[in-house]
Amino acid sequence: MASLITCPHCGQRPKEEFTIKGDASLTRPAPDAGPDVWYDYVYLRSNPKGLHKEYWHHSSGCRRWLIVERDTVTHKVHSVTDAALTKLGGAA
Amino acid sequence: MRYSALSVFLNGLRGNSGWAPAWRQPQPKPHYDVIIVGGGGHGLSTAYYLAKTFGITNVAVLEKGYLGSGNIGRNTTIIRSNYLLPGNNPFYELSMKLWEGLEQDFNFNAMVSQRGVLNLFHSDAQRDAYTRRGNAMRLHGVDAELLDRQAVQAKLPFLDFNNARFPIMGGLLQPRGGTVRHDAVAWGYARGADSHGVDIITHCEVTGIRREEGRVVGVETTKGFIGCGKLALAAAGNSTVVADMAGLRLPIESHVLQAFVSEGLKPFIDCVVTFGAGHFYVSQSDKGGLVFGGDIDGYNSYAQRGNLATVEHVAEAGVAMIPSLTRVRYLRTWGGIMDMSMDGSPIIDRTHIDNLYLNAGWCYGGFKATPASGYCYAHLIARNEPHETARQMRLDRFQRGYQMDEKGVGAQPNLH
Repeated sequence: MASLITCPHCGQRPKEEFTIKGDASLTRPAPDAGPDVWYDYVYLRSNPKGLHKEYWHHSSGCRRWLIVERDTVTHKVHSVTDAALTKLGGAA
Repeated sequence: MRYSALSVFLNGLRGNSGWAPAWRQPQPKPHYDVIIVGGGGHGLSTAYYLAKTFGITNVAVLEKGYLGSGNIGRNTTIIRSNYLLPGNNPFYELSMKLWEGLEQDFNFNAMVSQRGVLNLFHSDAQRDAYTRRGNAMRLHGVDAELLDRQAVQAKLPFLDFNNARFPIMGGLLQPRGGTVRHDAVAWGYARGADSHGVDIITHCEVTGIRREEGRVVGVETTKGFIGCGKLALAAAGNSTVVADMAGLRLPIESHVLQAFVSEGLKPFIDCVVTFGAGHFYVSQSDKGGLVFGGDIDGYNSYAQRGNLATVEHVAEAGVAMIPSLTRVRYLRTWGGIMDMSMDGSPIIDRTHIDNLYLNAGWCYGGFKATPASGYCYAHLIARNEPHETARQMRLDRFQRGYQMDEKGVGAQPNLH
């Protein structure tokens, strides 16, 4: 794992400042989407061997939620963007 | 060749020139009744029980690396059956009973050592929870003893009993728990399966699953196409990769778990002891090294190596429990890829494809389960119905709302 993460707000920071939430490819379904869709969202995972987008929280820094794209085999970090800005389609 | 004290003695007289390889190195046949994907502990034990107990001998075990190169050689060698839930407890107790007769059964010295597993507790609430678990174990016919502070002190006087934040109030002991020489388990099962006619094919990676009219007819491998009647997955951390080839999405994330061994020390820990106020478990190997581990690193990984932050965290937990560890040096650390299921319990089940079977989701409890996992999986493959003790380890339990959440923490792999 890379020991430094480039936070879009704080710059290069040690990895220990961040808390990992997990898979960022999941989209929360509508409340009435039905049990199958909810089952898929809550339990099933793509678990890719290779590039993986994850939610990371900069919990000891700016406290923003970030999306970190990381390789699960080499642990190399490819991109870090602000989660809210990315999901809203703004400049990340 | 049957191993015995006499065979060791006679071969010693002949300069150890009479030993034969413990298993063959066969080329794959065009077709097998059962193909098992994964030559680790669970795959090999499945092959062993399929051939020995259930009489299915036309079996191949396909392993992408060398035999036992995954988690069977990367764990902390602990065996125990101190589980709370009715869906887990009889299964792990079956495993414990199989461990107890294993060496005689497969004629291989696996160094099964029932030295006891002690879980420390540090508060009234934790004592109550451990009492409950101990009672559940005894109701299932498993041995469990609640030790008070004095009894733990007599057993392990070097623990930090008066820790200001986490004083040790006692412990839950399973005397029949202990450790096993992990590599020897893989070798013993491989040798046993091979002697019953199972082909163990190493350095043969499965690259695709071929299906006709829905059913699985064989696998594409780096050694060509191999046909099969039934396909059984036992790929641990790579379960998702293999299941993807059959279009099967799993409730599993792959995470890295590290384990550690210290420099050799004189004997001072004669059981397995676990910290109740953090994730740390330790035993001492016959060579004197402390073998210990902690939590998963907490991020998805297929890399078999972890992070220094976790190494430091585990060391801190260890020192909080045994202050004298401060001057002990790490000898080696390594990582294994855990197939973390979403409720922390495993899956031994059929899939939506008739002749495709799944054994996965062992989190980091896979080693102790090796014999029962193989036995129950072989039962499922041979008879097409689950073994009595594994009937709750279903793939569809998440969909139906029957999770087996042993720790009661919810549907997040990094919590288990």
